Amino acid sequence: MHTKTAHELHELLVNKKISSVELTTALYDRIAGTDDKIKGYVTLTRDEALKQAQAADERLTTGANPTPLTGIPIAIKDNFCTRGIKTTCSSKMLENYLPPYDATVVTKLKEAGAVILGKTNMDEFAMGSSCENSAFFPTRNPWNRECVPGGSSGGSAAVVAARSAVMATGSDTGGSIRQPAAFCGVVGLKPTYGRVSRYGLVAFASSLDQIGPLTKDVTDTALMLNVIAGHDDRDATSIEHPVPDYRSALKNDVKKVRVGLIRELLGSGIEPTVKAAVKGAADQLAALGAEIVEVSLPSFEHAIATYYLIAPAEASSNLARYDGVKFGHRSQEHRDLISMYYNTRREGFGAEVKRRIMLGTYALSAGYYDAFYLKALKVRTLIKRDFDQAFERCDLLASPTTPTVAFKLGAKSADPVAMYLSDIATIPVNLAGLPALSLPCGNSSGLPIGLQLIGPAFAEELILRVAYTYEQNTAWHQTSAVI
Amino acid sequence: MDYETVIGLEVHAQLLTASKMFCSCPNQFGDKPNTNICPVCTGQPGVLPVTNKKAVELAIKTALALNCTVEPSSVFARKHYFYPDLPKNLQISQYELPLATKGHLEIEVDGVKRKIGITRVHLEEDAGKLVHQGAARIMGADSSLVDYNRTGTPLMEIVSEPDLRSPREAAVYTETLANLLRYLAVTDAKMEEGSLRCDANISLRPKGEAKFGTKTEVKNINSFRAIEKALLAEEKRHEEVLSEGGKITQETRFFDDVTETTTGMRGKEYAHDYRYFPEPDLVPVEPPRTWVAEIKATIGELPWQRKARFVGLSVAGEAAQLLVNDKPLADFLDAAVKLGAKAPTVANWLIGDITAYCKENKKELAGLNFPPAELAELLTLIEKGTLSNKIAKEVLFTALQTGKPVKEIVAASGMTQISDEGELLKIAQEVVKSNPKQVEQYKGGKEAVMMFLVGQMMKATKGRANPEAATRLLKQALG
Ligand SMILES: [Zn+2]
Repeated sequence: MHTKTAHELHELLVNKKISSVELTTALYDRIAGTDDKIKGYVTLTRDEALKQAQAADERLTTGANPTPLTGIPIAIKDNFCTRGIKTTCSSKMLENYLPPYDATVVTKLKEAGAVILGKTNMDEFAMGSSCENSAFFPTRNPWNRECVPGGSSGGSAAVVAARSAVMATGSDTGGSIRQPAAFCGVVGLKPTYGRVSRYGLVAFASSLDQIGPLTKDVTDTALMLNVIAGHDDRDATSIEHPVPDYRSALKNDVKKVRVGLIRELLGSGIEPTVKAAVKGAADQLAALGAEIVEVSLPSFEHAIATYYLIAPAEASSNLARYDGVKFGHRSQEHRDLISMYYNTRREGFGAEVKRRIMLGTYALSAGYYDAFYLKALKVRTLIKRDFDQAFERCDLLASPTTPTVAFKLGAKSADPVAMYLSDIATIPVNLAGLPALSLPCGNSSGLPIGLQLIGPAFAEELILRVAYTYEQNTAWHQTSAVI
Repeated sequence: MDYETVIGLEVHAQLLTASKMFCSCPNQFGDKPNTNICPVCTGQPGVLPVTNKKAVELAIKTALALNCTVEPSSVFARKHYFYPDLPKNLQISQYELPLATKGHLEIEVDGVKRKIGITRVHLEEDAGKLVHQGAARIMGADSSLVDYNRTGTPLMEIVSEPDLRSPREAAVYTETLANLLRYLAVTDAKMEEGSLRCDANISLRPKGEAKFGTKTEVKNINSFRAIEKALLAEEKRHEEVLSEGGKITQETRFFDDVTETTTGMRGKEYAHDYRYFPEPDLVPVEPPRTWVAEIKATIGELPWQRKARFVGLSVAGEAAQLLVNDKPLADFLDAAVKLGAKAPTVANWLIGDITAYCKENKKELAGLNFPPAELAELLTLIEKGTLSNKIAKEVLFTALQTGKPVKEIVAASGMTQISDEGELLKIAQEVVKSNPKQVEQYKGGKEAVMMFLVGQMMKATKGRANPEAATRLLKQALG
């Protein structure tokens, strides 16, 4: 049961072949059998989940408007606020934090009838590309447990790959959905900025953060997007753009779709096996009727530097609230207000979070703002313009999701810049606020390779159609990790 | 050396909206601590602000009344500093691109009118309230409690140009502005309750010098009266330092209402780099022109327009200003005039006896059962000659004290003027008879004696004689 996709399970549920309680129990059995090896979950919510499964079964029985997600067990990244359920962001700072409210996306998933199995591990406050920055424990890649699952949504990608959740939510600030999706051989979508409400997603970098699904196949991605997309009065940056039925975009047809291969992402920094797999995928799409062209986005080379000014600047501001006054960790060592602030933050935050707070604080400081933050905003505009120009020539862009396959635990933890470079293909997309999806397109020494498809704003339907077509004509999504 | 004083003011006003600036909590004062709070205004992880449209509307209304340009696009910014009354350790404010810019407010000081430039009008959120135990301030306190009820209250900041030239002008400016804000009904503008706050920047320069001197910022000004006092104290301090050849340090100073002096804070505690940057969780405020026009149409008569109208109704300029400065009084005048009373007379009574009564008894006119119709009634009785001025005053005080209608008081007391001329003539004849000496003087050409004789008539009638009729009838009795 645990190997099936949400749309397959939906058929079984509505036809009463299985119940959601049975399915949920089966998933917990799977978790019990795998998660001590993978360490994808930080919190399991079995009691609530079984209640939700029971309610879903009633809804399925009475025919009270079941949705395609009714009764489907899912996992939630631990930076989504869940009322009364620990939301830690894998940080000591929020180790025992119980939010007084649900994130909008959590509310929507609950209303759709999804069953929440638990909360997944991540890089602390979503800062990282390997899940090694979790304050609790690293998550392992189900394909090779010596390797990282990617990050920051590493736990979500790993539990979907390990088949210990049917699907999961992630958040993506510079690649945090797509990079772990690529490393773990699952599908991950970062929607257009403003497509999904961020209300209740613990903020990392507000102008870049976006929520999206991690699933076993493209159809499931469309199903979750159907539930979570749309304007929210509580998020002023969520856009009032009509929400189509994304599932009906899933057509096995890419004829005359112009796909641009990004020249800068097929150069020297990219592992040959990854390059070959992406070129192979392009050939396959061409064989299916798509037109493949090559495009150049010259401002790409500045993307990482730009990102590492903007994201830490916003993070330093967003994380100012963790001071020991109202919630979260408070140091026992304090003589006065200032020492309470200092010690609380010293003890509560990990090294990478501190590094980014310092970077961001510096970039916003008087005398440096113009040279760093303001300049970064200008380069961001250039990157957007590059994308705009590329989309005048083609409908979608394609690239590897990551320059390499999953690396070994510890391989990059001593070198932050090397770690930052693993997001070179995903970061420009966040800077431009565009939608992009990663799906499996190959395998190198037993580790999955991800193909990234990038579209213009609100082109999720086209991305899903091309991804679906590719998936229908290949078998990568049918392979899974053996644990 | 002669110095010129330069002052610019930053006025903060809490806006009269139903809900807070960025969440839907009630915006009200005086509730139990931490009852009007939610995840948003307590800065829980994951929350996002949503701009209160009503607050934008009230700020635009103010900006228009201050002749400002409402910017087609303005941006919220984050202002960072760590303090426990600020749940996010940042305040959402406006920085480089405020809601409105470049306006002016006309003030009148001792008959001289001056236009004071308005630099900007912008919106921000208020902080919470701290209560310290064991010390007056957080440093040194055993513990501190925080109430987040006020956190997120909409604040409008109005920044003036450094156009004010004396503490007195600063006081008049603030009062004129506060009065305008009350007319616009955007704030109740009570400095003592903190719904209106004022920080002042002051510097001195040698007369004739174009360059500004070094300024200090004076905070903790908690009443309208304190504005002039605080600035006089700081002006004096500047002058003393400068005339001894010293230098003013740019700093923030706190005004002590008791000693009437300002004291500097230790620099470090208040030296901030606010690290402003555009608030990424909010979109720019882009009020459509049609909406701005609709808001403009809701602006009623402004204080200076009302003053001009009162002057047009023959109310003296100074009286008109006094009335306009106290909106309930001005409203009272309008209502009484509508009922047929003459504006100058109403003005005299309002500014004179009625205001005096209220001051003496520490009462508000609105709190007394004395509607405009009662004053109109009283004035009619005077005009008809039913009541003398003197008696009318007695009736007024009785009405203000008891809340009884004027008619009832007059009827019960028999205080009406004697209008029967036959009766008055008899009394006149009595007066003539019993004051032969004065009559002789009068007849000898000493006309001023008439005043004495009229006074005797008043005495005899207990003030119920009409002075004009008394004079006329006395003359008749004198033959
Ligand atoms: Zn609130």
